This record gives sequence, structure tokens and C-alpha cells, in this order.
Amino acid sequence: MNSIIFLTIVLLALSSYFFGRKKALAIRSTNTRLTALPRFYGYYLAIWCAAPAFIIFALWSIFEPTVVKYIVLQSFSDQGLLEGELNLIFEKAKSLSRGQFSGEITTALQVAADKYASLRSTASASKAVIVLCLVISSIAYAYNKLSKNSRTREPVEIFLQWLFFFASLGAILTTVGIVFSLLFQTIEFFKIIPFFDYLFGMHWYPAKAFVRDSSEALDPSMYSDTFGAVPVFAGTFFIAFIAMCVAIPIGLLSGIYLAEYASNKFRQFAKPIIEILAGIPTVVYGFFAALTVGPFLKDIGNAVGLDVSAESALAAGAVMGVMIIPFVSSLSDDVINSVPQSLRDGSYAMGATKSETIKRVIFPAALPGIVGAILLAVSRAIGETMIVVMASGLAANLTLNPLESTSTITAQIVVILIGDQQFEDPKTQAAFALGLTLFVVTLILNVIALSVVKKYREKYD
Amino acid sequence: MINREEFLNKRYKSEKRFQFYGKSAIVLALLFLAIFLFKIFSTGYTAFQKTWITIPINYDPEFMYLDADQKPSIQDLEDSEYFDVGIESFAALDQNANEDQITDIKRMFAFIFEEEIKYHILSNPDDFGKIVEVKLTASDDLDQVFKGNYPRELPEERRRVTDYQLKIFDKLSAEGKVESNFNFSFFTNADSREAELAGIASSFMGSLFSILVCLAVSFPVALLAAIYLEEFAPKNRLTDFIEVNINNLAAVPSIVFGLLGLGVLLAVFGLPRSTPLVGGITLSLMTLPTIIIAARASLKAVPPSIREAALAMGASRMQTTLHHTVPLSLPGTLSGTIIGLAQALGETAPLILIGMVAFVNTIPGSPMDPAASLPVQIYIWAESAERGFVEKVSACIMVLLIFLVLMNLVAQMVRHKFEKKWN
Repeated sequence: MNSIIFLTIVLLALSSYFFGRKKALAIRSTNTRLTALPRFYGYYLAIWCAAPAFIIFALWSIFEPTVVKYIVLQSFSDQGLLEGELNLIFEKAKSLSRGQFSGEITTALQVAADKYASLRSTASASKAVIVLCLVISSIAYAYNKLSKNSRTREPVEIFLQWLFFFASLGAILTTVGIVFSLLFQTIEFFKIIPFFDYLFGMHWYPAKAFVRDSSEALDPSMYSDTFGAVPVFAGTFFIAFIAMCVAIPIGLLSGIYLAEYASNKFRQFAKPIIEILAGIPTVVYGFFAALTVGPFLKDIGNAVGLDVSAESALAAGAVMGVMIIPFVSSLSDDVINSVPQSLRDGSYAMGATKSETIKRVIFPAALPGIVGAILLAVSRAIGETMIVVMASGLAANLTLNPLESTSTITAQIVVILIGDQQFEDPKTQAAFALGLTLFVVTLILNVIALSVVKKYREKYD
Repeated sequence: MINREEFLNKRYKSEKRFQFYGKSAIVLALLFLAIFLFKIFSTGYTAFQKTWITIPINYDPEFMYLDADQKPSIQDLEDSEYFDVGIESFAALDQNANEDQITDIKRMFAFIFEEEIKYHILSNPDDFGKIVEVKLTASDDLDQVFKGNYPRELPEERRRVTDYQLKIFDKLSAEGKVESNFNFSFFTNADSREAELAGIASSFMGSLFSILVCLAVSFPVALLAAIYLEEFAPKNRLTDFIEVNINNLAAVPSIVFGLLGLGVLLAVFGLPRSTPLVGGITLSLMTLPTIIIAARASLKAVPPSIREAALAMGASRMQTTLHHTVPLSLPGTLSGTIIGLAQALGETAPLILIGMVAFVNTIPGSPMDPAASLPVQIYIWAESAERGFVEKVSACIMVLLIFLVLMNLVAQMVRHKFEKKWN
């Protein structure tokens, strides 16, 4: 049904383009000057045909299920049922009306199913009628308005400009969507788990929490000592720290070498190759860390008599560090390149060697930019998922030993949400709470990093 | 005097040391890449070979439950059973085999041996009642043994291959009945629980559909948004806010987009789980900022003189933009789009959250069918314990990397070939 309505609107819009153009050509053939090219008359009519119809069509399609659900469930509303039970009744009625229901059929359910079916058919029929009426009336209105003096190019251009504007709102809409989806579930989560238990709790065992039935779900004592996120946070920062221990020295030194010492030829060869490291999908690094680096570290550890877990934080962190090298090196390369030449010349004129100039003049001058670059890299490391999921442990241990396994925010989100989820389950909501924490932390890091880098750029521009 | 020389020497030495540190940092980074690629390619290339064992199959009418005196029609052959044909032929490999040993021999072959035996007789109906040599797929363990990836030295109880199986296998091998050739089924089969039959066709199609959906959603929106921000937007708070928003969105961890897909696309809009449609939309939200930033940069690179010339000829701002600025900026936008899509192609975490990790053993025919994607397939195979999957993972990685390299090369080419240089 929807696709038929959709196609009808598109076809009508196409044909109204030709009607509009024809009318314009007819006016022109009477030797009157038009105010716009004939095709703008066509565009004008086509937009009038399609735009209102699509808006109504989209709004109707979005709100129809909610309204139908509300009306169907009205007869159940006086029975004091919980929201989850009402949802269940609605789903049952829905599948019954499609003939896919295999459970026990009560009279009330049958009534609801019939109501659902009749409402659906009325709704889709009236949607078709209303949308088509709208198309026809708006075409008629616009067609009548078309005359030799009517302005058509300006309205078309204004329409396009609005279209462009709405497209640019897409980015805002995405952010709103992220915040909305995370916040909604997180608030549900904090209704069950006290905020401070989450933030400062020392034990994270989400597997312990599962809902037996809806009455038990609201018992907070069941979840005490289950959703304390400190071990997860600690693991996240610990692995990110290991990664930075690898990425900062290698990345920074190679960035400095590329910017200050390397010949142009070498730079053009080495820079893209190092950047390949950033282009390799993270799941590939995860596989490498889990299958090669982890066992390798374990073998070394065994050889020197250390007890190394096959899924050690060190393996995940080190591989993550390798992945981040190009971020640090490219960003610091850029930053160092934008330090003015006069600073270098001044230092050389005082008899300093190149490395002394770098260490005492260029590095301090570039420091804010480098700090910004490192913050961006840290935010990248915190948000990295697949390496940790595959190479580090899945149990959140509170440990500072890099040879043991630990877990991160991202890994816990994946562990909880892989497979089927129930949104009423505090476990699922906990994943969203972790997601919100991750979003906020990376957002703060990014905002600081971007503003530091921006300020730094302005200083030397 | 001597003091000064020593001091200078010290300074020069420290200069050398510093240069050495820089060089070794770069060498180290390149070394990581080399080790990494070497490891993947050296474990993966064997997956492109598949091991076959040729054994005599006895198409005895008795085992097929057909009448021996009369030539069966194709339909009869289609309908009859081939399990016993297989078992009898396996038993014939070793006259003294007992029940358990016959089961062992059966396990030397992929479980689709029935279909392979059936396929042979359907294409050669004249072999009915005869004993003919038929090529059967070897089990993944023997496949690994033949490729030398399986340590034979392990004690028998720790191996998945029994000594008896190895004896029969070596006998067949010595007779030249074991061969390996190019593994077409790796590219044409869907995923499977059996490593020897698992292929990347389903996840490849899943990736393809996701990328197409991603392109269809993100490219138009991003292009229009970039045009607005670069050409029409007034300098005000809203515009600033949109800009900050886009820059921050580009740095949001990918898994958060997975949560968005789960919490909004699946829970609120009720789109079907595990499908490339949802995966594609989720990925498109992720690539949106990348493409917008690339498109804005290339719009900015079009010199103002072009716009001024068009405006001076009496074109409206919209005409100037659509007829002159946008076409000139398109190569840069396209190359940015391809790079954004390459990033989306390698993305795993958001797809896991929206359920694209389901085991799919059919090849999806549309974006509405459940599917995996290439990176998710890598994850699924990497998590499974069977030895045969290790080389499959590496091979899948090779395929993925080849696609990423190709996309990046195309992006480079588009940029270099079609972009106008202004100076």
C-alpha cells in the first residue's frame, strides 16, 4: 500500500512537471515574455505536487502505529495492567490479526485483533484518500496560479534552499537521536540502580542480573553490587594508558622526524604507508591481537616465569597503540609544520643544533597542539571496541597488572548487547548507561582537544 | 679549550642520538605493518586452496533403493537416497574396517558427501550401477593436515584426526587420490558451521547492501548539507552550532552509533533486526560527518572568481551554485565519499549491536534479509574454535583489505584525474 501511494506521488510529480512546462510554452507561444525559463514552471508544479503530499504521508506513517495502538488498548486501560503486559496484549492481537498467532485465543484478544485489523484497513484507506486529495488539490491550486507574470524561479530556489537547510539539520538530528536514545534508557536504568552505586560501585557482574518476571524486576536489592562501574572505567583507562605508552613515543618521534629531518621524497613515501595503519579495520587488529600477540606474550611470560593471561590487557593495549600511531604522528607532524620558520632561524642563529632547536624551541611552541593531538588519540583509544572485545577479557577485573585480563566500557556494551535484548531488562539499560558515559567522556575530550588545537592555530596564523 | 670540544662532541652525539630515535620510530611503525601483513597473508593464502579426495563410489541400485533391471529416470535419481551409497563405498576403502572405523572414514569427508554423490550421478546418469571415481570434499581437519597446518606430532587423543584416518588418508594420498585446487566455494558459499564449506558470499552481499544503503542515505544528505553550510548559511549561532556538531560527531566512537541504531531504528521505528537496511542507515549516520567535511573542503577550494563570474552574468545564487560551484567540487566530494564508505565497510561494532552477527547460511537477496558483513564475518569466525576457521579468517581479511585498497585507489584516481587545479 505504502509503495503504491509513494509511486503514485512520484508519477504525478513527474507528469505535473510536464504540465507546468507545457503551460509555460503555451504562454510563450502567444508572444508573451515569461518571467522564468519554462522548466521552472515545471519544477514549481512538481514541487507543489510532491512536497505537501510527502510531508503528510511521512507524518501519517510515523504516527499511525501509535494511534492505532492507543485505540486498540483503550478497552484494556481500565484493568490496571502494567505497560509491559499491555504491550504483550497488543503484540498478540497484532499477530492474531495476521493469522500467525499460536497461543490461547480469548474473546477479549479476538475483539482486540478484529479492532486492530479494521483500524489498520481504515487507516491505510483513509491515508491513500487524503494524500491523493491533497496532491490533486495542490496541483490544481498551483496550476491555476501559473500565469505569464507568476514568479516560479524564486519559489523553486527558496524551496531548494530550505531543502539544503533541512539536510544540514541531519547532523543535529543524529546528535539528538544519540542523546535521546542513550538518555531514555539510562534514566530507566537509574530508576532501579542508584546513580552513585553505578559510579562508585566496585563490582560489575551484569550476568547476575536477569529478570524472572515483571514483579521481581523492580526489586533493587537483587541488583546491589552488580552494576558498579569502577572496574570497567579503570580497565578502560588502563588499556588506553597502555596504548598511549606505545603510541605517544613512536608517533611523536616519527612525527618530529618526518617534519624536521626527513627529505621530501622520504616523507612522501613514509607518511602514506604509516597512515595505512589507521585504515586497517579494527576487527583485523583484534584478530591479530587475539591470535598472535596474546599467545606470543604468554609464551614470553612463561619463558621468564611470569603468569601471563592469554587475554592480557597488555596485548590489547599494545595493538591498540600501534593502531593509534598514525593519529599521533600525522597530527603532530601538522602541528610542528605550522610552527613559524622564524623561531627555527632564531635558534639556529644562536648556534643551536637541530635537535636542541626541536627540544627547546619547537616542541615547547608546539606543545598545545601536541596535547590536543594526544587528547584526540586518547578519545579514540577509549572508544575503540573490536580490539578489546576480541583480545582482552570479558570479565571486568579491577587490576593494575597489565599481564592480567581486564575489560572496558566498549567491550561490556558488546558483551551485554550481543544476541537478543529486552529493553525492560536492567542489563540492557546498563549498556546504554555505559554508552552515555562513553559518549560524554569522549565528547569532553574532543571539545577540549578541538578548542586547544584551534587556539593554537590562531596563535601562529 | 678541551672542555669546550668535549662539550661540542657531547652535543653532536646527542644530535645523532635524537635522529636515531626518530628513524627507529618510523622503522618500528613500518615494521609493525610489515609483520602484520606478513602474518595475515602467510596464514590466509592456504584458504584459497581446497582439498579433494577421489574415491571409487559404488552406484549399486541396491543401496539407492532402485530397481536394478530398469534404467531409472532423472526424477528417480533425484528422489533416491545416497547415504548408503556413500557408506558402502567408504567401507570398501578398507575391507577389514569395523563399524567405528567406517564412521571414522565417513568423518574424513565433508558432510555434504551425499549431495556430491548425487550431483555426480545426476550429471552422469550412465554411471548407474557402476563403480566410478568421484571427487569428494575432504573434511576441514584433513584439509588442514594436507596443507601442513595441523601438527601430526600431537598425541592422538589431543588431535581431532585419528591415527586410523591418517593411515587411510596417507594411503589415498600415496595413490595420488588427494588433490587440492582453487577454492571456488569460498567465494560462492554462505557461512557454515563446517569450516570446509564456509564461504564469504553471504557476508559479502551483506556488506554490499549495507554500503549501498549507506551511500544512498548519506551522500545526498551530506552533499546538500555541505552546499547549505558553504554557500548559503548566514553567519549566525545556528550555523556555528551545526558546524561544531558535525566536527564532534566525526569523533564519536562508532559503538555509540550502534546504540543509536538499536535504541532508535530498531526499538522506536521497528525496522527489521539483523538486516543490511538498518546496518546501512546506522553506518550512514557515521559517515555523514566525514562526507560533509570532505564536500565542504572541496567547495571551499573552488575559487571565488568562478562564483563572481557567474553572478556577473546574471545567474542567481542557486544557479551559480548548482551549475558551476557544485560540479567543479564534485571530484573532491566523490573521493571523500569513497573514503567514508571504505571506513564504513571496515566497521564492525555498530553492526554487532544491531544484530548483524546472526548466523546466516543463506545468501541475502535484498537489504531486508538478515545478513552479516565481511568484518562481522571475521569476528564470527575468529571467535569459533575450529582450526579450519583460522585460515578462513585470514583469507576473509585479505579480501576485505583488497577491497579497502581498491576503494582508496579509486578515491585517489577520481581526485587526481578529475580535479581541476587552480592557480
